[in-house]
Amino acid sequence: MASTHSPAIAVTGLRKSFGDQVVLDGIDLDVPRGTVFSLLGANGAGKTTTVKILSTLLGLDAGEIRVAGYDVVRQPDAVRAAIGVTGQFSAVDKLLTGAENLRLMADLHHLARDAGRRRAADLLEQFDLTDAAGKPASTYSGGMLRRLDLAMTLVGSPQVIFLDEPTTGLDPRSRRDMWQIVRDLVAGGVTIFLTTQYLEEADELADRIAVLNQGRVVAEGSAEELKRQIPGGHVLLRFGDPEQLDAARRVLAQAARDGDALALRVPSDGSLSSLRSLIGLLDDRGVQVDELSVHTPDLDDVFLALTGNPTKDKVTAR
Amino acid sequence: MSTTALDLRTYPLRDSATMLRRNLKRMLRYPSMTVTLIAMPVVFLLLFVYVLGGTLGAGLDGTVAGAGGRAAYANYVAPAIILMTVTATIQGTAISIAMDMTEGIITRFRTMHIARVSVLTGHVLGSVLQAVFSLVVVIGAAILVGFRPKAGPGGWLAAAGFLIAVAYALVWLAVALGQVSQSVETASNLPMPLTFLPFLGSGFVPTDSMPAGLRWFAEYQPFTPIIETIRALLMAEPVGNKAWIALAWCAVIALGGYLWSKRLFNRQG
Repeated sequence: MASTHSPAIAVTGLRKSFGDQVVLDGIDLDVPRGTVFSLLGANGAGKTTTVKILSTLLGLDAGEIRVAGYDVVRQPDAVRAAIGVTGQFSAVDKLLTGAENLRLMADLHHLARDAGRRRAADLLEQFDLTDAAGKPASTYSGGMLRRLDLAMTLVGSPQVIFLDEPTTGLDPRSRRDMWQIVRDLVAGGVTIFLTTQYLEEADELADRIAVLNQGRVVAEGSAEELKRQIPGGHVLLRFGDPEQLDAARRVLAQAARDGDALALRVPSDGSLSSLRSLIGLLDDRGVQVDELSVHTPDLDDVFLALTGNPTKDKVTAR
Repeated sequence: MSTTALDLRTYPLRDSATMLRRNLKRMLRYPSMTVTLIAMPVVFLLLFVYVLGGTLGAGLDGTVAGAGGRAAYANYVAPAIILMTVTATIQGTAISIAMDMTEGIITRFRTMHIARVSVLTGHVLGSVLQAVFSLVVVIGAAILVGFRPKAGPGGWLAAAGFLIAVAYALVWLAVALGQVSQSVETASNLPMPLTFLPFLGSGFVPTDSMPAGLRWFAEYQPFTPIIETIRALLMAEPVGNKAWIALAWCAVIALGGYLWSKRLFNRQG
């Protein structure tokens, strides 16, 4: 049975197909308690399918999954009692007010009437919804709906929370609010399983990241570990005029133009000695450089290198 | 948590009451639906009594109590309008179920440890209450346009119980229809045949006046014994065995609707 030592989520050999289409092709995941795990992938990579299976909404074809120590196939009720899910599409009753939505959750968790009202009031306060508490959810903005949605998930004090693309479609400010909420939750000891197509989000929040591509986990590790796998670092040089740029190109054979800008990208590991030799080379030839900046690879580089999918419109770093 | 035994009891009655409260709140927030659902049988009532009633009433033969004229026809057609009130209500049930299914809240309920059936029973109880409310309004309207029921308190009580049984059965069917519908539009169309089924029975004219094939269908379809039972109870006529046939139909429809609904709700996509 469940113990505090078992991982929050343990998945081995998960497979799922819809007809002929293989959506998940042998997934292994291991999420320790009290951490944020991010499943990163483009649209259609299988992220939502994974969340649906882990949260008992969908059956699996093969594999073994334990969530909060319980088997999702044999003990779905125990899993449901331990989890909270905030999906991609808002799961609130739009005809009810924010307060009514929260009290509905309190009633379904069988909290006593007073305790339920207090819990609802606390969550409204915590999620900055007190002023809107008496208004129907249909009048809420996207950011408010997400906050209410997550607040409803928290009424039952779940141990494991699934957040399926929690910030998709939110403005930058609401996104940052949501990130702060997630950090606060983790500080409170819950485990978060987060899916996202935003690399920045995974970088900001996750202890561990798994990159999902076409139904397989193609890389797993911390953001730092993933970045180290990719030699994508470079130095960006900016010039005042085309003559200087051309002069620099004659010196630096391996440099590449950075679009149409008067700038060159020079591959570099960013170490002091390599910078010193680069600067020395440019000084010797008297090349005037207006600006120099060092770029270490970001998750964008990692993602593109791992999935071999350079279509930027599918994966956006914001 | 490893030391405490896991409590996985469910509370179907409590959860159903919670879901019922949710549905009643939704109906109050969205009253135009209830108004539309009541308006339809009222429009049919006015149409049949005032536009068609004079002629249709004259055609009722001596076997029908108080044959002849608009007043007699009001008495004859009222039970069919009463049944139409129930079929209009369940059209609303199918629509609100379909609306619910397209929204994320049902997905949330599915991931929660609650008595699952309560999601459906909340709708069923809410719709039965809505049907009762609509029936009170429509029967009131029928009395205003000349419907003169002869039932005593016992007859009214029996009629009320019978109508609730009919509503309960048809609502379960509508819950299934609402779930098979992929859209709200489909959900509003699927129960449509039920709205017109009273026409192919003894609801608006006696079945004797129909051609042979149609008459056979009219006499054996479930709505005919239901209408006949309502008519007998409200007009204080002998009910005979048609009440049992009607209740048997209700039991079959309710059970079928319930099993179908449950299966649809528990399927994994």
